[in-house]
Amino acid sequence: MVDFSGWSMPVQYHSIVEEHQATRTRAGLFDVSHMGRLRFSGAGAGAFLDRLVTRRVDNLAAGKIRYALIVNESGGVLDDVLVYRLADPTGTPYFAMVVNAGNRQKIMAWIDSQLSGFDAAYVDETPTTAMLAVQGPHAIEMVDPLLAAPLAKLGYYTGIWTEILGAPCVLSRTGYTGEDGCEITVAADAAENVWTEILKRGASLGAKAAGLGARDTLRLEAAMPLYGHELTEQIDPYQAGLGFAVNLTGREFVGREALQALKNRADAPRRVGLEMLGRRIPREHFPVQADGAVVGEITSGTFSPTLQKPIAMAYLPPALAHEGAEVEVQIRNRLEPARVVKLPFYSRS
Amino acid sequence: MKPEELLYAPTHEWVFLSDGPDGKIATLGVSAFAVEQLSDLVFIDLPEVGQTLKAGASFGEIESVKSVSDLYTPVAGEVLEVNSGLADALDTINDDPHGAGWLIKIKVSDDAGLANLLDFAAYQKQCQEAQ
Repeated sequence: MVDFSGWSMPVQYHSIVEEHQATRTRAGLFDVSHMGRLRFSGAGAGAFLDRLVTRRVDNLAAGKIRYALIVNESGGVLDDVLVYRLADPTGTPYFAMVVNAGNRQKIMAWIDSQLSGFDAAYVDETPTTAMLAVQGPHAIEMVDPLLAAPLAKLGYYTGIWTEILGAPCVLSRTGYTGEDGCEITVAADAAENVWTEILKRGASLGAKAAGLGARDTLRLEAAMPLYGHELTEQIDPYQAGLGFAVNLTGREFVGREALQALKNRADAPRRVGLEMLGRRIPREHFPVQADGAVVGEITSGTFSPTLQKPIAMAYLPPALAHEGAEVEVQIRNRLEPARVVKLPFYSRS
Repeated sequence: MKPEELLYAPTHEWVFLSDGPDGKIATLGVSAFAVEQLSDLVFIDLPEVGQTLKAGASFGEIESVKSVSDLYTPVAGEVLEVNSGLADALDTINDDPHGAGWLIKIKVSDDAGLANLLDFAAYQKQCQEAQ
């Protein structure tokens, strides 16, 4: 068990690689209750969130979910989030947001500082609810029989209120592994039963409980950025390759002007994927060199169970940020050759 | 080799002492406990035959998906033999850490470091406390 932003969490239940392979080929069950869950109310909640994030969300139809960023006035990334527009069990629509565990307090303080003038309020539902992720090719068939509504009909990045094993839950077709699957938010006191039953029913399909270690190797293969690594307040969305999550057209939001100016910057380091030629793993903060000079550093690295070689992400100058560029990573006083490759490292066929 | 017959460093290397033609030979490996903790091994770096090691010095490293650890020798001496096939068969270390997964053999020139090693019972106690 490790401390992760104040949450005591398992790095692995058995083996990171076994849990990883189970998720890629069968299914993995993750406890992601550490993720921050905020629920919004008020007639102005949509307008407020639209002002807060980099993408239009006030027009979200009930049931839709959108990935977006929260940036500061300088365009630096404060967090990457999911904004949900959900219909509650009575059919009334409301907004919700899932933020990173390590940013929850910071984002709540940021929201508090931006709320004035809007008819909007929020509650932090993180302590009273739990969130489970079921991911992998068998995820849907595993969870479906436990639900009151058929999950198979739920589109990607949509969510509904339904019941799982009789407990009311928010069910969404979302995840952080590069696989199909769903995430389930239930009252904290119902979570243990849901976890146990999913695992029990998944056993015959080869499903496994998976920890933070596999979550990291899975998201890294899928090239999904992790806050604190690929994303920080010193990084703007364009550098991170997240321009798709910024909509500057016809709307106002915090950081918009800064992002407009940053958008066409040609000199900013960019997020790239690296594949190592050797076996050693490039880890966070290891320097990346080209022609004897340090040109950047590793933001995340691991051994890819799918590719069977070490992979990493890093920020490199534009001249090196292209497929095939050759660099070296300084791994404990030795220079190990690496090659810039296209992201993602893995995508489900 | 039986785990009960080995000596252990607090840093999780095991040592087996035997008599060679001209002096003691120390066989070194990584304990089953450490291998289990590391799990998912991806890389091992071992010294060359003929290299001279100082007591307490790092002679290589072992890396897993989770972390990387230096390997230390409690005794000084010359490297007589290296289990060089391991680099391409890391499962051998998982499968038989106290036998086929041995790492190196050293012709011991100074064994003062042996005094700091733990017997099996004391090492097990250390491992239990670490969990």
